Amino acid sequence: MTAGVDLRWETVCRYDRLQPERGVAALLGPWRSDSGASLDAVQVALFRTHDGAVHAIGNIDPFSGAAVLSRGIVGDRRGVPTVASPVYKQVFSLLDGQCLDDQDVTVASYPVRVVDEWLQVGL
Amino acid sequence: MRDLIVVGAGMVGHRLVQALRDRDTSGTWRITVLGEESRPAYDRVALSSYVDGVSAEQLTLPTDDDPLVVRHLGDPVVALDPAGRVVRTASGREHSYDALVLALGSVPFVPPVPGRELAGCFVYRTLDDLDAIMAAAGRAVTSDRPGRRSAVVVGGGLLGLEAARALRLLGLSPQVVEIAPRLMSVQVDEGGGALLRRLVESESLAVRCGVAVTAIEADRDRLVAKLSDGVELDADVVVFSAGIRPVDGLARAAGLPVGERGGVLVNGHCRTDDPQIWAIGECAALQGRTYGLVAPGYAMAEVVADRLLGGPATMTPADLDMSTQLKMLGVDVASFGDAHATTAGALEVVVNDPVAGTYAKLVVSDDASTLLGGVLVGDASRYAMLRPLVGLALPADPVALIAPGGVELGADALPATAQVCSCHAVTKGALSAAISVGAHDVPALKACTKAGTGCGSCVPLLKKLLAQAGVEQSTALCEHFAHSRAELFEIVVGAGIRTFSELVARHGTGRGCDICKPAVASILASLGGGRDRHILDGEQAALQDTNDHFLANLQRNGTYSVVPRIPGGEVTPEGLIAIGEVARDFELYTKITGGQRIDLFGARVEQLPAIWQRLVDAGFESGHAYGKALRTVKSCVGSTWCRYGVQDSVGLAVALELRYRGLRSPHKLKSGVSGCARECAEARSKDFGIIATENGWNLYVGGNGGFTPRHAELLVSDVDTDMLIRLIDRYLMFYIRTADRLQRTAPWIESLDGGLEHLRAVIVEDSLGICADLEAAMEQHVAGYADEWRGVLDDPSKLARFVSFVNAPDAPDPTITFVTERGQPVPVGMPGMRP
Repeated sequence: MTAGVDLRWETVCRYDRLQPERGVAALLGPWRSDSGASLDAVQVALFRTHDGAVHAIGNIDPFSGAAVLSRGIVGDRRGVPTVASPVYKQVFSLLDGQCLDDQDVTVASYPVRVVDEWLQVGL
Repeated sequence: MRDLIVVGAGMVGHRLVQALRDRDTSGTWRITVLGEESRPAYDRVALSSYVDGVSAEQLTLPTDDDPLVVRHLGDPVVALDPAGRVVRTASGREHSYDALVLALGSVPFVPPVPGRELAGCFVYRTLDDLDAIMAAAGRAVTSDRPGRRSAVVVGGGLLGLEAARALRLLGLSPQVVEIAPRLMSVQVDEGGGALLRRLVESESLAVRCGVAVTAIEADRDRLVAKLSDGVELDADVVVFSAGIRPVDGLARAAGLPVGERGGVLVNGHCRTDDPQIWAIGECAALQGRTYGLVAPGYAMAEVVADRLLGGPATMTPADLDMSTQLKMLGVDVASFGDAHATTAGALEVVVNDPVAGTYAKLVVSDDASTLLGGVLVGDASRYAMLRPLVGLALPADPVALIAPGGVELGADALPATAQVCSCHAVTKGALSAAISVGAHDVPALKACTKAGTGCGSCVPLLKKLLAQAGVEQSTALCEHFAHSRAELFEIVVGAGIRTFSELVARHGTGRGCDICKPAVASILASLGGGRDRHILDGEQAALQDTNDHFLANLQRNGTYSVVPRIPGGEVTPEGLIAIGEVARDFELYTKITGGQRIDLFGARVEQLPAIWQRLVDAGFESGHAYGKALRTVKSCVGSTWCRYGVQDSVGLAVALELRYRGLRSPHKLKSGVSGCARECAEARSKDFGIIATENGWNLYVGGNGGFTPRHAELLVSDVDTDMLIRLIDRYLMFYIRTADRLQRTAPWIESLDGGLEHLRAVIVEDSLGICADLEAAMEQHVAGYADEWRGVLDDPSKLARFVSFVNAPDAPDPTITFVTERGQPVPVGMPGMRP
């Protein structure tokens, strides 16, 4: 998802609620769209890396179906910041949600911004 | 292009095709393989592993797609016409040839015993034979008939003992009947045979030597084997493994000469009387003698491949390696070179230690200068070094080469011409050359030289060669650390490092991963956990696997299971009621574990602190089911109640569990204490198991269940409780300091140079002088222990992590749903759920 095009920015928590190299889960929605249709709730996993950056990807692990990616170990693989699923240990890039152990699998990734110490995720 | 027909699709025929295709770069030969078995070539040497669960696919030898090789399987050749250069198969297909190689192998020899054709009688040669034996054993084991299920194995050679082992694995009690006065008479001499029999019998396998089976009779739905000494053995299954006979009927019918004892006669080029026809492997009689091992067959295949391309290769019986090494029913046996000292003037040097259960013999030339062969029983660890020295000058006094504590040879004792891998005829010189051009680990050496890919017995020597060449074996943990876990442990201790960040900045690269972070977390916890340092303190929290991070076990739907500690499996009625009330109030699925405690499943992450609070209030604490740590010390009821118990096993189990609770280690640790030799606590399947004796305790180490079950081995016997605990302290700390990541105690002990003996030297005899240090480290752990659940309940900053969503702390995860199964909640979509 690219930033800037009709993004809905959802405020999640204060930046300092995130511990370095650990994730949290956020439950966003459900919403009603402008046309009145209902949109399902979304689970987002947010991670604060060692350098202070914050990344957001989908929280649901596509290999197990469990909503647990926020509870994985944060690290890097050849310089790319990553999280390892705590269920079957596949590693995902925090930059774009790409699974680095299976190129056919990707989870959603979301833009993140900090406004007055509050974290916002763009949907 | 010329046509080559290979008759026989076994290991040797397969090797010939490989060898010829490797060398025939210009495509001179088009190869047709005609096989009787419907399966592609498989590793018959490893046949018995089929019973252990290795599949037919895993045993199949690799083949490449090759337009110059055609295989017709399941269609045996029935006629050979040398004049017309044509063969005909059972289905009537005819193939003409320019050259023909017979690689038909052999068939089991079944002695002419009346009743040998009865249902329940089998041979042991092919996968189909094993399928039939497994089916028959399965029927016997599951029948309603009372009494034990038994088998008779006719023949106590190598294959007979393998068959006996397989039958025992299948649930039968096998008796081995051998007509010769000793087991494995081809490979082992009298002294080795006597020890082999003793060791085999100690594995509760019955052996009868020097008697023959005279008849097999049906007895209702079972069999009775009658022996020459009048004994009658009842059996559900009879397996004949009394030797093999070369398959030479096709050659005989075609008029080719055969040896006195069968086998197609061939010369030193493996050529028969007909210049277009060759014979290799077990069906060939090289200068009149047949060979029943795969290595000589492979050597013959190489000679024929060379000859078919106009090469000069030739061989004599003296070139054929008759070495054998195997682990038979837990007993190491090796035989190499002139094991029976048949060379004129040969001298035998024997070291026989019936107490240690080892027998070693070297056969040397009459001037004691050249090694000719040898036999090793009970301990074959020197085989890899000794076998390549056959025919070469002895590098040391022969007694010193086989005596306990004698000369330990290094790879430099071998000349470049010594054959390191006899399966693939790879010399030390060839391996050194491969190492010098970049083959820097065992897999690379295997790939470029094939050494070590046959029986594998030379792999220890490959490691020695790499070490001698100065090549470092990579023990790097992951891309972030070039160190092994043991090396990191030393660094952390030596430099006093207390955080991952410091360690990775000074000794690693990047920011770690799910491999190195938990490994370092474990090291830090082993060194300084406890009251002042909770595993979720500060940066350490970010290193923990999700189980350690949430102090509970993640299940497949994202919920956790909770296991309170129940030391030794002893629990009060009030305790049981409290656990039951927690399970009921939080709607948790409840199951009794194998470690004598209770697992509560289905807790959502935000429920964990409330569950722990209730359990802690009732007097429970964390059971560390989530950690690579001590899990449980299982116990039988012991002398307190049991009529047979000789010691208080529950009391000891409780004391041990409380002593080692919370101890972080390279992998999970399990223990058990049995109150007598009946072993009801299954202590020998544990990392450390204790069995009571009249005089104290026996300590066993290195057992485990799981994927590769292993019995623990006896470390010390009849020690008192004080000594027992000191030894376990040392054992566990030594393991924690030196084992690899996720290496359980059994493979760790195996990896120690010297194995169990070395472990005993270090922790019983204090050969390294570190025992006081190890004990002090354990005392520090014991003194610093604190319950990890209470540590979270008492700390609001830690409690804040136990929320479902950072923006909706109490909202349950909507993806978690349960259905009711046998009266309890289970995750939706449970596989195997009944409709």
